[in-house]
Amino acid sequence: MAKGEIVLGCLAPHPPHVVYAENPEQNEAFAEGGWETLRWGYNRLARKLKSIDYDAMVIFTPHWQTYIGTHFLGLPKFKSKSVDPVFPNLFRFNYDISVDVELAEKMCEVAGESGIVTKMMRNPDFRIDYGTITSCHMLNPEWDKPLVTISSNRNAHYYSPEVMNEQASALGIACSKAIEESGKKVVLISSHSLSHRHFVTESPLPEDMSREHIYNHSQYVWDMKLVDLMRDGKMKEVIDIMPEFTEQTIAETEAGGLTWMMAAMGYPEYPAEIYGYQSVIGTGNLIAAWDPIEATREIVL
Amino acid sequence: MSDSEILFGIYCPPHPQPLLSPEASDGYGKLRDAFETCRKRIEESEADLILVYSTTWPSIIGHQIQGHPEPEWVHVDDDFHYLGSMPYKFKIDTEFAEKFRESAESRGLQSRTVAYDGFPIDTGSIVALKLLNPDNRIPACIVSSNMYANRAETIVLGKSARDAIAAQGKKAVVVVVSSLSNRMFTEHIDPAEDRIHSAKDDEWNKKILEFFGNGRLEDLSQLSREIHGQIRVQKVVAYKPAWWMSAAMGQHNNYTGEVLAYEALHGSGGAVVVLTPSKGSVGDKEFDEDDVEHYHGDRGVLDTGAL
Ligand SMILES: [Fe+2]
Repeated sequence: MAKGEIVLGCLAPHPPHVVYAENPEQNEAFAEGGWETLRWGYNRLARKLKSIDYDAMVIFTPHWQTYIGTHFLGLPKFKSKSVDPVFPNLFRFNYDISVDVELAEKMCEVAGESGIVTKMMRNPDFRIDYGTITSCHMLNPEWDKPLVTISSNRNAHYYSPEVMNEQASALGIACSKAIEESGKKVVLISSHSLSHRHFVTESPLPEDMSREHIYNHSQYVWDMKLVDLMRDGKMKEVIDIMPEFTEQTIAETEAGGLTWMMAAMGYPEYPAEIYGYQSVIGTGNLIAAWDPIEATREIVL
Repeated sequence: MSDSEILFGIYCPPHPQPLLSPEASDGYGKLRDAFETCRKRIEESEADLILVYSTTWPSIIGHQIQGHPEPEWVHVDDDFHYLGSMPYKFKIDTEFAEKFRESAESRGLQSRTVAYDGFPIDTGSIVALKLLNPDNRIPACIVSSNMYANRAETIVLGKSARDAIAAQGKKAVVVVVSSLSNRMFTEHIDPAEDRIHSAKDDEWNKKILEFFGNGRLEDLSQLSREIHGQIRVQKVVAYKPAWWMSAAMGQHNNYTGEVLAYEALHGSGGAVVVLTPSKGSVGDKEFDEDDVEHYHGDRGVLDTGAL
């Protein structure tokens, strides 16, 4: 069996607003549009994914929060409705997803062997979080690939962002080993915003783009610092300043997604593909991808 | 506002073990028995409303209030999914929900009711309502805990609950769903060997329970920041339940306090406490902070700091 590999890594923010604005048939709410910079960026990245041969998407989500280890979805099918607890007015999504249980079990096993506390999630009533659904829907609206969702163990809450960085790195390395051993071609998804301070009020029409802007300039400056480093292919440096960035901007990187993905990909030294940056209810959201193959790597924006 | 009729308050833990696996340890069983005692107390009372403030329902857009008349789903906990599913169907007092929203808004808070099929009611609210009001004999209402809210906002939210109860002439039982110390073990454990995560957490929990036992709710509210710093995992900005509970129940120390159980829940401190308004105060306030009546938003320290 050929060695498995990571064929693409995607930073895929999951404000439910972008699914809402797309008006897919699965979502009950109706929008007049909005957040085009992000949506069009997502559409472009989704087109790139169509040109890539892969077996499964592996997504690390901040909205399945676990404190007792790292958990993996462990049943082949989940079909239900996901309602966002924070923005139920925008996101009530009827989903029908397939899970690559074999790959999930392999990751769980290898992570366990490397000393990480793990658990397979096998309760059929479990609801898939809106982070997983939003990122996966925007990257693959056809839903024709199986997923593995990995929960986010909240080390930043229990210890510090530094401990989060260490633990998420260890998980990333274990997952990459599991992928190699699986023989599969896998797309990794790190599902989160960058800076993450929200407005606590919402305009009467949530998609009224005249009201949308970053929470404050400091958040913006930090986000741009990260984008510059990504463009320059300095991902080790991004991960090294992650604790500082996370604390300063109360970033959603606190869950460990980007650290996990970069560790799994060996801290790329090549430029990231940048697909778009826009604020959603004050938070900073970047869509980016890391393509290990130089021949197909693009300068998008 | 005129006097609210709050018959008594209950403080109880959000973890699902007392509901799903009470037999797994003596401690879980004792917590379950304490919930059972509270259920009977509610049944024997003249309560016509159970109002739940849950620390496991975070919100961002202001303060969300459950407004679906019959929310129904099968819930599964993020961590404890292997203990089983929690099917629920509750009866919500939607008129109260609207009144509560109105009261919150009139005190300057951003607030909205949520009434969507399939809205994910949180583990803590489900555990509390299923154990305290299993047959939905009494209509309930649930309010979220805003991620960014701090003391002023939380106290004003408590006062608006009190306003709404008074305005509708309700006889209410107020339920606050929260752990004491909230650090859990980060590994899977044998429930029979469950214990409080650390001696420090245990000592602080016992100190809090001493206050509860003496009916000193407002004193606990005043100590909230200290409690947060000492024994609360820093995942939210503050230990808000004591602020909300005291503000909702009238900001004093005149209660008969009963600690019905105190046990470990995967390392965290789980207690079931009943506070019944009584005559006569025990103790004075430890210290005083602003008593905010109307919420005017965050203070713009960046704009006014130079003054
Ligand atoms: Fe998020």
